[in-house]
Amino acid sequence: MNLILVTFIILLAFTSYYFGRKKALVIQSSQRLTALPKFYGYYLAAWCAAPALIIFALWSVFEPSIVKTFILQDYTDQNLTKNELQLIYTKVKSLAAGTYTGNITNFLDESANKYIQLKGIANSAKVAIILAILILSLSFAYRSVQKNDRMREPVEIFLKWVLFVASLGAVLVTIGIVFSLLFEAIRFFQAVKIFDFIFGTHWYPAKTFVRDGQPDPELMKDAFGAVPLFAGTFFIAFIAMCVAIPIGLLSGIYLSEYAGRGVRKYAKPIIEILAGIPTVVYGFFAALTVGPFVKEIGNAMGLEVSAESALAAGAVMGVMIIPFISSLSDDVITAVPQNLRDGSYAMGATKSETVKKVIFPAALPGIVGSILLAVSRAVGETMIVVMASGLAANLTMNPLESTSTITAQIVVILIGDQQFGDPKTQSAFALGISLFIVTLFLNVIALSVVKKYREKYE
Amino acid sequence: MNSFKKNLLKKRYNAERRFQWYGKIAIGLALTFLAVFMFQIFSKGYSAFQKTWIVTEVHYDKELLLIDAESPSKDDLENADYYDVAYKAMTSLDPGLPEEEDRQLIQMVSYKYETEVKDLLLKNPDFLGKIVPIKLTASDDVDQVHKGNYPRDIPEENRRVNDYQLQIYDMLNERGDILSEFNISFFTSPDSREAELAGIASSFMGTVFSILVCLAFSFPVAVLAAIYLEEFAPKNKFTDFIEVNINNLAAVPSIVFGLLGLGVLLAVFNLPRSTPLVGGITLSLMTLPTIIIAARASLKAVPPSIREAALAMGASNMQTTMHHTVPLSMPGTLSGTIIGLAQALGETAPLILIGMVAFVNTIPGTPVDPAASLPVQIYIWSESAERGFVEKVSACIMVLLAFLILMNLAAQIVRHKFEKKWS
Repeated sequence: MNLILVTFIILLAFTSYYFGRKKALVIQSSQRLTALPKFYGYYLAAWCAAPALIIFALWSVFEPSIVKTFILQDYTDQNLTKNELQLIYTKVKSLAAGTYTGNITNFLDESANKYIQLKGIANSAKVAIILAILILSLSFAYRSVQKNDRMREPVEIFLKWVLFVASLGAVLVTIGIVFSLLFEAIRFFQAVKIFDFIFGTHWYPAKTFVRDGQPDPELMKDAFGAVPLFAGTFFIAFIAMCVAIPIGLLSGIYLSEYAGRGVRKYAKPIIEILAGIPTVVYGFFAALTVGPFVKEIGNAMGLEVSAESALAAGAVMGVMIIPFISSLSDDVITAVPQNLRDGSYAMGATKSETVKKVIFPAALPGIVGSILLAVSRAVGETMIVVMASGLAANLTMNPLESTSTITAQIVVILIGDQQFGDPKTQSAFALGISLFIVTLFLNVIALSVVKKYREKYE
Repeated sequence: MNSFKKNLLKKRYNAERRFQWYGKIAIGLALTFLAVFMFQIFSKGYSAFQKTWIVTEVHYDKELLLIDAESPSKDDLENADYYDVAYKAMTSLDPGLPEEEDRQLIQMVSYKYETEVKDLLLKNPDFLGKIVPIKLTASDDVDQVHKGNYPRDIPEENRRVNDYQLQIYDMLNERGDILSEFNISFFTSPDSREAELAGIASSFMGTVFSILVCLAFSFPVAVLAAIYLEEFAPKNKFTDFIEVNINNLAAVPSIVFGLLGLGVLLAVFNLPRSTPLVGGITLSLMTLPTIIIAARASLKAVPPSIREAALAMGASNMQTTMHHTVPLSMPGTLSGTIIGLAQALGETAPLILIGMVAFVNTIPGTPVDPAASLPVQIYIWSESAERGFVEKVSACIMVLLAFLILMNLAAQIVRHKFEKKWS
């Protein structure tokens, strides 16, 4: 139904484009045109499609909630909670769709009939209104075409608005992220105290799983302490940075200061391949090759090593991050003005002394910015940890044991079927929002540091 | 004094040389990681492109097939009972085996061997009543033995293939009845719980559909947004806000987009779970900032002289942009788009959250059928314990990497072939 309506509107818009252009050619025989003929077509097409599609979109957004209020009006005298009302509405909907399998009461049956009726009315009303709008806007547009009004400006203003709305897309995504996370997270914090979440040291959400009814609040208090996850996240990120910073920074310095053209031309893109490999592939590599390798070496040294160790995950993550640091610091170092180098050479400094004492301090803000970006990347990395570092949230500082991270726990909680409204599912969103805040914080600092640095030398 | 200076100089030169070596070692290490990594994947994965068959003889006995008709129709063949015929085909390999031990022989072929026996007859109806050779898919364990991935010299109880099965395998191998051929079914069959039957067709189609959906949603919006921000946006607080927003969005962890897909697309808009449609939209939100940034950069690279020339000829701002600036910036935009899509291609975590991790053993035909995607397939298989899946994972990784390399090459070609050099 909706599809037919939209196709109809679009087809009509195309037809009115050709019609408008034809009309312009007719006008041309008696009057001077105000714009190229195609603008007459665009004008008609825009007036045809835009109002109808906007009304259609608004209708589709608001119709369900209006129908819902109408249906639930019959239940207002029963003193039901919000959740119960929601449940009734779902039952009514599935009964109307013919997929309901529970007990059918008279009342429910009545509501379902009313629902079907309302939907029918809404549908015919929608079609009628949209047809009316199509006729109205087209006749309005046709009148101004006939009057030979200016055609180009309105079309261009319309296009500009389309462009503007598109640029709001990115803002909309951000708003969507914040609200979807906040909405579930707030409901989670109604069940679990925010204090228990941030400072609790015991993460074991599976404990709260109860098939029917509410879980025990005492259990809830002790099951959602996120400290082990925060610690694990930063611990693994720390291991990753221990691998990535020295290798990335030194290779970045070498590539920008020492390497000849040939080496630079080939080595740089090859190192960047490391950044293009999907993380799930790294995860497989960490779980299958690096993990057992670390375990073997550890056992040979007489240490107790878990097969899924934080060290393996962190090291592989570090390898993944090398190219971020190396190419970012390469860019930053190349941006240091040549006269700083020349001054240092003129004083008799060797190349490495120049790098260490002049270029590195000058480029430090940019390097710090790129490292912060890399940390945010490591904090948000998911698949490597899920596959290589185990899923039990241990509070440990031993790199040879398994730990879990925020991202890995989100995956563990949400893999398979979820039940919305369950505190376990909601806890994933609470974790998500803490992850979002941490990475946002890191990114904002990093981007502003890098920006300031760029301005300094430009 | 002189010798002191000389020593100092020597020290400084040594330090210089050491520093250079640190850089070389760092680059060497990075390259070594890459090499080890590639070697591991290829050495583990190449064997998955070979499939092992066991050749045996099957007697399409009318009596055992329970076919009464004199000249049976296609339907008769379709509805016949192949259990005994298939069973006999396998047990005839060792007629002396007592009946209660027959599972050992049956386990050497895939559990679908009965279907394979049936399909051969359906393809060649004139085999009815005859004894013909037939190729049966070897079970995962026999396959691994044939590829040399299972050590044979460990005690029997630690092996998945017992001594008797090894003996039969050796006998067949000597007769030349173990065939190894290119594994077409890896590319044409959907996922399966059995390693020897599992293929990437379903996840491959899932990936193709999600990438197409992602392109359809992200490309138009991103290009339009980039045009607005670069060509028309007034310089004010709101524009700055949009810009900061885009830059931050590009660095948001991918899993957060998965939560967005779950919380909004599935819970609010009620789109179908586990489908490439939802996966593609989620990925498109993620690629949006990448494409916007690339498109803006390439719009910025178009020299002002082009705009000035168009304006001087009397074109409006919109005409200048749409007829001159945007077409000239397209190569850069397109290559940025391809790179953004390549990133989306490798994403796993957001797809897991919106349910594309479900076991799907049909090949999806539309974007609203449940499907997996290649990276998720890698994840699913790598969670399986069987050795057969390890090589499948590596092979799947090779396919995925080949895909990525192709896309990056395409991006390079688009950029270098079509981009105008302004000098």
